[in-house]
Amino acid sequence: MALPNKPTAELLAEPDLSKVPVQEFTYDALIVGGGMAACGAAWEIGKWLPAGSKACLVDKASLERSGAVAQGLSAINTYIGENSPSDYVRMVRNDLMGIVREDLIFDLGRHVDDSVHLFEDWGLPIWKKHGTDASKKLRDGGEPVRTGKWQIMINGESYKCIVAEAAKAALTSMGYDIHERMFIVKLLLDANKPNTIAGAVGFSVRENKIHVYKAKAIMVACGGAVNIFRPRTTDEGKGRAWYPVWNAGSTYTMCMQVGAEMTMMENRFTPSRFKDGYGPVGAWFLLFKATVTNGNGEHYVKSDAAKAELAKYTPYGQAAVTPTCLRNHLMLFEMKEGRGPIYMDTAAALNAFMDAKKAEGMNDKDLKKYWKELESEAWEDFLDMSVGQAGLWASMNIEPEKVGSEIMPTEPYMLGSHSGCCGIWVSGPDEDWVPADYKWGYNRMTTVNGLFTAGDGVGASGHKFSSGSHAEGRIAAKAMAKYIRDNASFTPTLKQTAEELKAEIYKPVTVYYENYQKTTHEMVNPNYIKPRHMMERLMKYTDEYGGGWSPYYMTNGKLLSIVMHHLQLLREDSEKMAAGSLHELMRGWENLHRIWCVEDHLRHIQFREESRYPGFYYRGDYNSVSDVDMDQGGWKCFVNSQYDPNTGEWKTFKKKLHNIIAV
Amino acid sequence: MPSFVNPEKCDGCKGGEKTACMYICPNDLMVLNPDAMRAYNQEPDQCWECYSCVKICPQGAIEVRHYADLAPMGGYVQPMRGTDSIMWTIKFRNGNTKRFKFPIRTTAEGSIQYDKTPATGSLDDALLFTESAGRATCKPSDFA
Repeated sequence: MALPNKPTAELLAEPDLSKVPVQEFTYDALIVGGGMAACGAAWEIGKWLPAGSKACLVDKASLERSGAVAQGLSAINTYIGENSPSDYVRMVRNDLMGIVREDLIFDLGRHVDDSVHLFEDWGLPIWKKHGTDASKKLRDGGEPVRTGKWQIMINGESYKCIVAEAAKAALTSMGYDIHERMFIVKLLLDANKPNTIAGAVGFSVRENKIHVYKAKAIMVACGGAVNIFRPRTTDEGKGRAWYPVWNAGSTYTMCMQVGAEMTMMENRFTPSRFKDGYGPVGAWFLLFKATVTNGNGEHYVKSDAAKAELAKYTPYGQAAVTPTCLRNHLMLFEMKEGRGPIYMDTAAALNAFMDAKKAEGMNDKDLKKYWKELESEAWEDFLDMSVGQAGLWASMNIEPEKVGSEIMPTEPYMLGSHSGCCGIWVSGPDEDWVPADYKWGYNRMTTVNGLFTAGDGVGASGHKFSSGSHAEGRIAAKAMAKYIRDNASFTPTLKQTAEELKAEIYKPVTVYYENYQKTTHEMVNPNYIKPRHMMERLMKYTDEYGGGWSPYYMTNGKLLSIVMHHLQLLREDSEKMAAGSLHELMRGWENLHRIWCVEDHLRHIQFREESRYPGFYYRGDYNSVSDVDMDQGGWKCFVNSQYDPNTGEWKTFKKKLHNIIAV
Repeated sequence: MPSFVNPEKCDGCKGGEKTACMYICPNDLMVLNPDAMRAYNQEPDQCWECYSCVKICPQGAIEVRHYADLAPMGGYVQPMRGTDSIMWTIKFRNGNTKRFKFPIRTTAEGSIQYDKTPATGSLDDALLFTESAGRATCKPSDFA
């Protein structure tokens, strides 16, 4: 060990704050984030902003590979095509157990295909049906390979690179700015106008400097929250999260902290994926028609016991397509009864295709060729979006045509764009068919004036996936332009000085340099806590008390009150968070964001006296779903929450649900 | 399966304006040590194994070693990414090898154009700038 103790990272944080410059910027529109939603906003906004406006996109990473699609994708899960936006609403509503914002989902459904058509124009290869013209684009009637009613297959390794290139082309053509490796950690309210956004502040992870932004309108779209519950693999493998490990709940926390009303934060997504590698199962279910069995080789989903379980959750459990959470529920039921593990029967699925061709009389040479295509499709599914799963199969000598693979529910995640719906309460379209309490003038604006969100940020509106997030970013961007036009005379004014903001953001650096010599081990110091340990503590307590995987996702009112106490202590300790490098400073702020959004998640679960998402979480003290309207004291309603930035108080309350699309 | 850097191949991008892996990593993991002129992964347990660094490295110096706490040793997955396709080599623990090639893009890199002419539509309706009336302006009552 090198003594005395000192920071060892390449990019050290500067303890002398007089050497940390603050750069101030003023824009009309600011886009915070770099994923699909932010790229959608970047593409759209320049077309609508008043002439002479200035805009900027700020990304914690590098646009080319930032966000959930960094690695690529093997499918686009939302393409409406020949279906109707109304049916899309019906599908999302049933999957999310009835409580969704139908206006937002319908709105997304009518715009999403335009984004998919753009992706294809830009160069994204989209699979076309066998025997049809592969060069015919979707917008010209080209026929995609549909795996399910809503999904289409792509060669998506470069999906994000392509979408980012378009976003960059738009921003640079307009003369707008792009600030990469700049981590926005706080939003700033206006000094004069109540409940109105005025700016944001962040720091560079590449050099010691602070950026303070003033803007009339801001869109925050930086993903969901990952590494918030103990992962199943806890050492090196905790990086192998199902959702991108760099999503730290920043979207939720930053908007919450300025008073934005949150919705359905009790919702979480606990995906069932190939065990340990967390490879996707969608293509196996839909494209290859694979089935799952329990450890006894039984197709348990068809059992009488499974049917009886689903009947408890009528009408959702008895719909033609079983909701994602209830599919987990059935899986957990088998595991708890001692009939695990759960297998994806990949071998039977692939061999069924081969047997069918043999039965048709296909000759050996063609069979060989057919097998090559099938095998290639199976592996591409992983290589396009979850390379680690391919690596795990290689390490385990797994050939999917010979042996099945285990499926397992993961640790919980918070997100609003995939098969989950936690997020921020936003205005729907300003149109006559939208209920009055669902709209306040600017589509996708939060309850804070001038603050917009999209993608994982928008609550009660899941199943957008990559394409829907892009389209939603575009919808929000146009509404931002409208807001900027309507508020032309507004001049954002910050409450804090640049020096105050700098001292707050660099506080972990100050704490570190005041104390690092008081120990001979960097990680063990009574005067500070490292970001790594904050995250580990958070994940331990959320898992044990908040319904993580170790108690089979079970919690109750008493357990929740214990975890809330731990979170309170953790928040107090965060005042002693220490960072010696810029990378560690980033981790520190990320973990602060994690703690806040998880606290809101658990507050919602505490408030909602039922178990709305069996399979994602259970409350042992209220272990059923109530479909009674809130007016009769039931839970067929939204649960919303709001943090008051003036008093530091939280309130959680019921909000009326409207049914727009008939059953 | 964290990424790691082969010190014999990494040249630190010759100390140029940007170190490719450091530029691309979505999680700020890859970092250059300017004295050694070599890059390394500074936080392997936060690696998503997204392969962005592996794909972009001009020297082919970055590979991935499976997460030690979940994967037996010996599996290997390595891409070669071109401008329009990607070639994958998968080596199994038992020595078997598979190779796959997939298209990644139908247009040339850098070919996406943006016409900065303002949108002609109204800022007060629902239409995005590349859309026209129809699906994009429908209402629930259209499907009753």
